[in-house]
Amino acid sequence: MARHNVLGTVSAGLVALVVLAGCGGAKVGDTSSGAAGDCGTFNLAINPWVGYEANAAVLAYVAEKELKCKVTKKELKEEVAWQGFGTGEVDAVVENWGHDDLRKKYIDEQKTAVSAGSTGVKGQIGWYVPPWLAKEHPDILDWNNLNKYADQFKTSESGDKGQLLDGDPSFVTNDEALVKNLNLNYKVVYGGSETALIQAFRQAEKDKKWVIGYFYSPQWLLNEIKLAKVKLPEYKAGCDADAEKVACDYPDYDLDKIVSKKFADANGPAFQLVKNFKWTNEDQNTVAKYIAEDKMKPEDAAKKWAEANADKVKAWLAKA
Amino acid sequence: MVAVPAPRQVPLFFDRYKRLVIVGGIVLAWLVLWLVFRNFGTLPLDASELTPLHRWVNSVNDAIGASRNSNPVFLYFFNEIRLVIDEFVTFIQALIAQPSFGRPVPMIGWLGVVGIAGFVSLAVAGWRVALLAIAGFVFLGLQGLWQESMDTLSLTLAAVVISLLIGIPLGIWAGLSDRANRVLTPVLDFMQTMPTFVYLAPLTLFFLIGPASATIATLIYAAPPAIRITAHAIRSVPRTTVEASESLGATRQQTLVKVLLPSSRKTIVLGINQTIMAALSMVTIAALIDAPGLGKTVVKALQTLDVGTAFNAGLAIVVLAIVLDRVTTAATERRSLPRWALFSGLGVTGVSVYFSYTYLWAAEFPTDVEIGSSIRQGATAVTEWVQDSLPVITGGFKDFVTFALINPLQALLAESPWFLVALVIVALSFMIGGLKSAVVSAVCLGLLVATGLWQDSMITLASTLVATIMVMVLGVVVGVWMGRSRRADRAIRPILDAAQVMPAFVYLVPFLALFAASRFTAIIAAVVFAAPVAIKIIADGVRAVSPATVEASTALGSSSWQTIVKVQLPMARGALTLAANQGLIYVLSMVVVGGLVGAGALGYDVVAGFSQGQLYGKGLAAGVAIVVLGVMLDRLTQAAAKRWTN
Amino acid sequence: MDPVISVRDLWKVFGPNASQVVASDELKSLSRQELMDRTGAVAAVRGVDFDVAPGEMFVVMGLSGSGKSTLVRCLTRLVEPTAGTIMFEGENILEADAKRLRDLRRNKFSMVFQHFGLLPHRTVADNVGYGLEIRGVPRAKRGERSQEVIDLVGLTGNEKSYPDQLSGGMQQRVGLARALAGDPDVLFFDEPFSALDPLIRRDMQSEVIRLHREVGKTMVFITHDLSEALKLGDRILIMRDGQVVQVGTGDELVGAPADDYVRDFVKDVPRSNVLTLKWIMRPPRPDDELDGPELGPETVVREAVRSVLSADKPVKVVQDGELLGVVADEEILGVVAGEA
Ligand SMILES: Nc1ncnc2c1ncn2[C@@H]1O[C@H](COP(=O)(O)OP(=O)(O)O)[C@@H](O)[C@H]1O
Ligand SMILES: [Mg+2]
Repeated sequence: MARHNVLGTVSAGLVALVVLAGCGGAKVGDTSSGAAGDCGTFNLAINPWVGYEANAAVLAYVAEKELKCKVTKKELKEEVAWQGFGTGEVDAVVENWGHDDLRKKYIDEQKTAVSAGSTGVKGQIGWYVPPWLAKEHPDILDWNNLNKYADQFKTSESGDKGQLLDGDPSFVTNDEALVKNLNLNYKVVYGGSETALIQAFRQAEKDKKWVIGYFYSPQWLLNEIKLAKVKLPEYKAGCDADAEKVACDYPDYDLDKIVSKKFADANGPAFQLVKNFKWTNEDQNTVAKYIAEDKMKPEDAAKKWAEANADKVKAWLAKA
Repeated sequence: MVAVPAPRQVPLFFDRYKRLVIVGGIVLAWLVLWLVFRNFGTLPLDASELTPLHRWVNSVNDAIGASRNSNPVFLYFFNEIRLVIDEFVTFIQALIAQPSFGRPVPMIGWLGVVGIAGFVSLAVAGWRVALLAIAGFVFLGLQGLWQESMDTLSLTLAAVVISLLIGIPLGIWAGLSDRANRVLTPVLDFMQTMPTFVYLAPLTLFFLIGPASATIATLIYAAPPAIRITAHAIRSVPRTTVEASESLGATRQQTLVKVLLPSSRKTIVLGINQTIMAALSMVTIAALIDAPGLGKTVVKALQTLDVGTAFNAGLAIVVLAIVLDRVTTAATERRSLPRWALFSGLGVTGVSVYFSYTYLWAAEFPTDVEIGSSIRQGATAVTEWVQDSLPVITGGFKDFVTFALINPLQALLAESPWFLVALVIVALSFMIGGLKSAVVSAVCLGLLVATGLWQDSMITLASTLVATIMVMVLGVVVGVWMGRSRRADRAIRPILDAAQVMPAFVYLVPFLALFAASRFTAIIAAVVFAAPVAIKIIADGVRAVSPATVEASTALGSSSWQTIVKVQLPMARGALTLAANQGLIYVLSMVVVGGLVGAGALGYDVVAGFSQGQLYGKGLAAGVAIVVLGVMLDRLTQAAAKRWTN
Repeated sequence: MDPVISVRDLWKVFGPNASQVVASDELKSLSRQELMDRTGAVAAVRGVDFDVAPGEMFVVMGLSGSGKSTLVRCLTRLVEPTAGTIMFEGENILEADAKRLRDLRRNKFSMVFQHFGLLPHRTVADNVGYGLEIRGVPRAKRGERSQEVIDLVGLTGNEKSYPDQLSGGMQQRVGLARALAGDPDVLFFDEPFSALDPLIRRDMQSEVIRLHREVGKTMVFITHDLSEALKLGDRILIMRDGQVVQVGTGDELVGAPADDYVRDFVKDVPRSNVLTLKWIMRPPRPDDELDGPELGPETVVREAVRSVLSADKPVKVVQDGELLGVVADEEILGVVAGEA
């Protein structure tokens, strides 16, 4: 019984296949991909955040479309990406947040990387609260008033102190020192990931919950929720020199591009493009929104932006 | 039934409960001393603080990195390994995943892969499983994830094949030689409990960014089960069988090839199964060093908290896992397929491979039928509903468990002076396993102090213990239910499989909404991952209790409850202790994931060490601390198991 | 005739410092328990001597833990003896190197195990042919020989079955066939039937007796069951705590136990089945009428009951025309009544 069924299925399948084949259909291998231009291969690191992806997507789009490069995207965390400069597997990192440690190691000591100038995007790190909180208690935006609200920020993790939610371990944080040196009645709780931070802020805004935490801009979430930054004592050059004694705000970051020494020395068209690439926080936010909220593929998002901003793109290429 | 004279009862009671009394005494003394010494000598270390050891590791790491391009070991040894593995993975990818040989599509398109999957399953696992395999693979295509799935499959296959090439010979060696076994066991413990994050970055230094590093990262985690289970299989071949072979004048070689290996085949296949599952559980982590496939989709989607997309990709991993699991499990049974079925299967497969090579419709999975977007939307809707409606209840639950269980335990462990905790643990170890256990624990505790991360270790230990308790509660409740009811077993098992291989981050996003970034969230994540193992072990243990005994108990008029408590659970205590042991190990392997959702302590240290160069040494130390905790708890539970089951 | 196997002062000590134990007369003289307490070593076999004659069915009997399995494994060096000599057909096998030992195992002796030790992944035919396979006998030849022994042990028709498809008794037949396939000179049996049901055990015992008669091989048979020992054994060695207590034929053990241990052992044996007339006869008394029927001294009591009781005069026990003694009603009744 079972045998017949199997046999039947098998032969039916065979027949069906042959019929399908008879109908033919397009054959494989009629078209071949276009040859690469003189640009060659461009190894572009993709660090894991949307703003970076926006930079990279636009650069990749332009390099492929205008310079006919073969772009290989490599999705890597920062440390691994920088390491790739030395092994020749990464040509460029196109949004770098400070990272003095990596600079020292790879630019100064190993001399495998060089800076390729600013991306034009300004980065900010600091303590943020959800918009509803900023609106109902505007004085919370001054650090001097934080202790007043410490009780409200208590959670199961912070014990009898207020919780200051720290997040992404990728970023340098001075928060423990800050809390100590500013005599704040808070405890730093390590959320451990950007995801944890975003969820916390989203929920805080939706349910009017009390959350204060470490965050940064540009970040795609800020398109969705306008987090408010708490003012810490103003940053002055050198005030963060001793990590133990920091009592001032984080500096503004001029986000820049880092390329491998070899890539820079070869000075090919892709390097020229990276060097000339420069845009604004708004530009990046636009592309990031396409990707994060409109769920467009990075390639499509880049295309859309590039077509609408042909002049900017041309400027990057003109100097090449 | 004569009453025993009262005076004799006291020593009798004391004798019987001597151990309990002593243990109680130790704990009581601890509590008292805790009150006195609270927050003294707890060896804390701030998140950004380093010890000289951590700095030294950093400098070693830097020196290795700096010498990479001149060091002959790198240039010749590691480079050769990398080339071979890269070639191998790229070859498989060229066959089924990536455009290759100047073609815009892989050599074998979807139809061919489905055909091959069906045929192989038919040959080794029978037609039911073959249908499942075909359905599963087609489902991957319908999800809109064909290429990603094939990339993941390629990498997994490569890692599994290499794991087995290394693992089975090593396993045989460890099975034949006690000394080899003694040497290998701690190495394997280390490989399995050392968090991947610790060696991910160095791996790319040694083997560059690419398939080789991803494969090696995967096989470090996936090879140990193959080795352990092979060794175990060889060891469990009945002595008489080996003797019989020897008594007939077989050489060692002959006995190995003709007796030991064939007799252990079934068990070794289970080892292969475990290796495949372990490899699949590495898919998302490997994506952090550019491993192609579904992991990337998950990681990418989570950058924008796109749970729908992440779930869809996670589901594809689950489908792959279930198909591979069922095929390998069924492959342990003896079966012979009629010749005609094999040949016609081969024919159909050949034709489908040919079509998929030649025609576009069979090469690229058609995009006009797809269910991926519905899955994405469904998952998003469910997540949103959960996030909107449950946090009120779940938040309270979290607070309750935190204040009632986690905080007290953590206070006791992390706020006592280190020497007090160490003393207590050594004393308890002595009570459990005698001198040997006490020495092992003492050495482990010494190592913890040396890592400079004592307090973080104690915080992690507290969470680990709470998670393990929850795992065991779930394990007993669900395990007994499954062990007693075939139907429950059939219904629940696929869910357990899914929970084990679904990338943690997919469910962590809604968990974060439910429980916020907290130690409790980390504990729940660990429970989701570890409970399935414990449940399965206990279910199998309960089922293995001889039906005659259960019948006898029923015949004596026991209620179901009495049968469970007085017969089935005590008789399944081997399974219970194994479940506790495995539950602990699995919980520990989630410590790092916990660090990503608010657990802090060792998990966070490891994650931060992976992300920031200057914290590398500390991350490594934290990794070592996790391994040390694992070894200590493993040896202790094993000693306890031995005491209990004897 | 020279013995096939000749064992002298054989020792097997398990555990640490085994060689020191056998080197010291003081330690050797300790009882098993004392030795265990003093050194942690287990003396499984302690100074055993015996000979096995060609074609003999030699049974080793003792309680569980008395060292039987260890002893028989020492004979084939599956367990390496600690001290002593084992001469096999004039060769000290303790001096054989690995290759010689393999040759001996392949050609000279083979073993049947309590738990069968079959290969679960092979069919009956392939299990039986396994020994030939590892000797490198070509497949066709192997098949032929396997079939022969399969027929011999009564497994015809089951060639293609797997061991787990057979009953215990059938499985042990496979074990027996495997041992016979190589046509060894000596067969060792380690409690081969202990795991079987009583009825099947009886069948298998008869089978071994039949085989012993048909193929005429020397056999060393281990058992913990006295009735099995008495049924099969030409001679029986009784072991206790690793030492030999007594060696002799069945009627010798029952008729003249060496000590209380053996006496206790044989107490419940149906003596009339074992004892022969020579054990119960008495010298003729002056008042005996010596013209009754004659019987040989090896006649088993049970077979003599009828003749003795029906004769009105004592029965004469005569060998080679010489009168050894007489047996009358009272001697017979003494044996038979003792059993009730
Ligand atoms: N491999 C071994 N290691 C240690 N002791 C053993 C070993 N094999 C047997 N023994 C001990 O030797 C004694 C005799 O065992 P064995 O020869 O199996 O007895 P038998 O077969 O008569 O039951 C027992 O006390 C047993 O515990
Ligand atoms: Mg025995």
